[in-house]
Amino acid sequence: MDPIIILHAGLATGTILLFAAIGEIFAERAGILNLGVEGMMLLGAMAGFSTSLSTGNPWLGLLMAMVAGGIISLAHGLVTIHFQADQVVSGLSLTFLGTGLALVLGEGLTGQNPPLVPSFDIPLLSQIPIIGPIFFFDHSLLVYVGYLFAPLAWYYIHRTRPGMHLRAVGEKPEAADTMGINVYRLRYLYVFVGGCLAGLAGATISLSVSPGWYSTQTTSGQGWIAVGLVIFAQWDPLRAALGGYLFGALRRGILDLQGPATLFGLRNPLFVNSNFGFFLQMMPFILTIVALVIGSRAVARKRLGAPAALGVPYIRGERGL
Amino acid sequence: MSTTTPTIRKRTFPYTLIVEKRVEDIPRWLPAATSLGSVIIAFVIAGIILKFIGGQPLVVLRFFFDATFGSWPVFSDTLVKATPLIMVGLACTVAFKMKLWNIGAEGQFYIGAFAASLVVLIPLVGPETPRVIVILMMIIMGMLGGAIWGFFPGYLKARYQVNEIITTLMLNYVAILWNNFWIFDRWSDAGFQMTPVFERNAWLPRLADYAREISAFSGITLHLGILFGVIAAVAVWWILERSRWGYEIKLIGDNPNAAKYAGINITRNIVFVMMLSGGLAGLAGMAEISGVVHRLQERISPGYGFTGIIVAWLAKLNPFAVIIVSILFGALIVAGREIQPSGLSNLLQGIVLFMVISSDVLLRYKIRLVRL
Repeated sequence: MDPIIILHAGLATGTILLFAAIGEIFAERAGILNLGVEGMMLLGAMAGFSTSLSTGNPWLGLLMAMVAGGIISLAHGLVTIHFQADQVVSGLSLTFLGTGLALVLGEGLTGQNPPLVPSFDIPLLSQIPIIGPIFFFDHSLLVYVGYLFAPLAWYYIHRTRPGMHLRAVGEKPEAADTMGINVYRLRYLYVFVGGCLAGLAGATISLSVSPGWYSTQTTSGQGWIAVGLVIFAQWDPLRAALGGYLFGALRRGILDLQGPATLFGLRNPLFVNSNFGFFLQMMPFILTIVALVIGSRAVARKRLGAPAALGVPYIRGERGL
Repeated sequence: MSTTTPTIRKRTFPYTLIVEKRVEDIPRWLPAATSLGSVIIAFVIAGIILKFIGGQPLVVLRFFFDATFGSWPVFSDTLVKATPLIMVGLACTVAFKMKLWNIGAEGQFYIGAFAASLVVLIPLVGPETPRVIVILMMIIMGMLGGAIWGFFPGYLKARYQVNEIITTLMLNYVAILWNNFWIFDRWSDAGFQMTPVFERNAWLPRLADYAREISAFSGITLHLGILFGVIAAVAVWWILERSRWGYEIKLIGDNPNAAKYAGINITRNIVFVMMLSGGLAGLAGMAEISGVVHRLQERISPGYGFTGIIVAWLAKLNPFAVIIVSILFGALIVAGREIQPSGLSNLLQGIVLFMVISSDVLLRYKIRLVRL
């Protein structure tokens, strides 16, 4: 129940959600809702784990995870962008496809021990009291990458020219088209980017945060939590990062409640009967719902958030919104 | 809707494809043909993947048919697996007609099973109660349980515009954990992760029960639940095609603005449709434990709730087509238990769904091959 340990672990598990949620933000900002995050993550987790196992190189593992997530996301891209299919159903089928592929290709990976992404301290910064042990001590490289990635993603979306094109494609594609932006190409690109990041999030699990391949238990619904987090974060990468970390810490803190025999001077019911732990395991999912209610109310009140063309196929030459 | 000029692709090939928007009505046979074509193409793609990873697709295909349609007992197994799929597929059909994305049928199935078990486990009935009454109470409780589980996301969507996709999905996990608590802790049978077997008066009648009178029925596990599925299909068809409520549901699905101006209460419909959808999934859960498992335990569903989504879509949201598609997917589940690698049926389901939604393009556009 040490708060420093909880926050430290929260940053690690939060990094998974950070990558997945920011990836989804890129896709949704371009107007494509991709509900297949869970499937892409699982495929990425499998691809990363398997590659690292066979080549002995975790970096190649991370690369392959991103490639796998990216490639499979293009199926969603093709179906929603060119065939104008319903994005919700297509995203669901991507979940099935990714999960199925991961299970088929991941046969026999359970119990293996590939080389993992290394963890290390940041010199000097790790010496700072309280902050150091939480943020800069014995974290996986991916956690440090996450610190830099979230602000960079924010800067890219809000302050650069390509970022403006991205937002234009998601807000008013026919206007973007008139300005000479290739709507189709950008949508494919950002669906692909989202897929790569979801794959990376999966590999973050299997090669770093909780190493191993446990078939569908590897991701255990975190892809869906990431999709929920995007709404909570109102399509802002920085909020998504904060939300991810907060979520990770809460999740860890809740699980730690089972440890001590007494809680606030009372007998800990969770310690006496471990089956009460099932209620603790429900908490991340219930918290996601609570976060969604809060996020949805904010979106409704401020009338901002969701990209205007989210979920709407763009057909050249037809009247848009 | 503007008129589009046909786009012509220049090729040296003497034929060319012309893609143009469909202006006339879709031929009646086309939706069924695209669904069938999707399934066949999906099987071919899955076969190629299987070949690629070193399997023998044709042997697996042969095995698939032998293990699912080869004889009466295995066909009965297929129908037993199809039974919950019919009801879950109908649950998705009702919701999807309104463009309400209930992907929480899995959780509603579990809570339905849980609530139906309460009748036996609390118990709400005495040990000598006639079977008809016990089963009726289980049906009511099962549907009620599923409906309550559908009510929460429906209410949140109607009241706070909370995205129902995420909430229904999150509630799936909650439902499974909730069930686990009761079967691991309160109702555990001598430490095993399951409740004691129900009394015979809580079992749905099976054909095998009549083996003494008709010897051909021996070993046939088909139970009364399939009849619930058929009745539910007729009921859903009647609601959607013959009732005022169904008209409202379809109008909201097709054009929410028009529905609003027509004075239809969208908020109330969201809650009611989610409850109806949940109730149907809950009924599936009841039928599964009362007809097959005869106790509450872990993993009573191999993902029926999710397969139901594909079933509904492949059936083009037609309640009677749901029955036929469910039998195919029931077969997939039966075969999937024995086919290695185990994720294959999952993979196949994903490909089927992708093919179905891709083939929808044929319903919206006409593609013709013409000689230049």
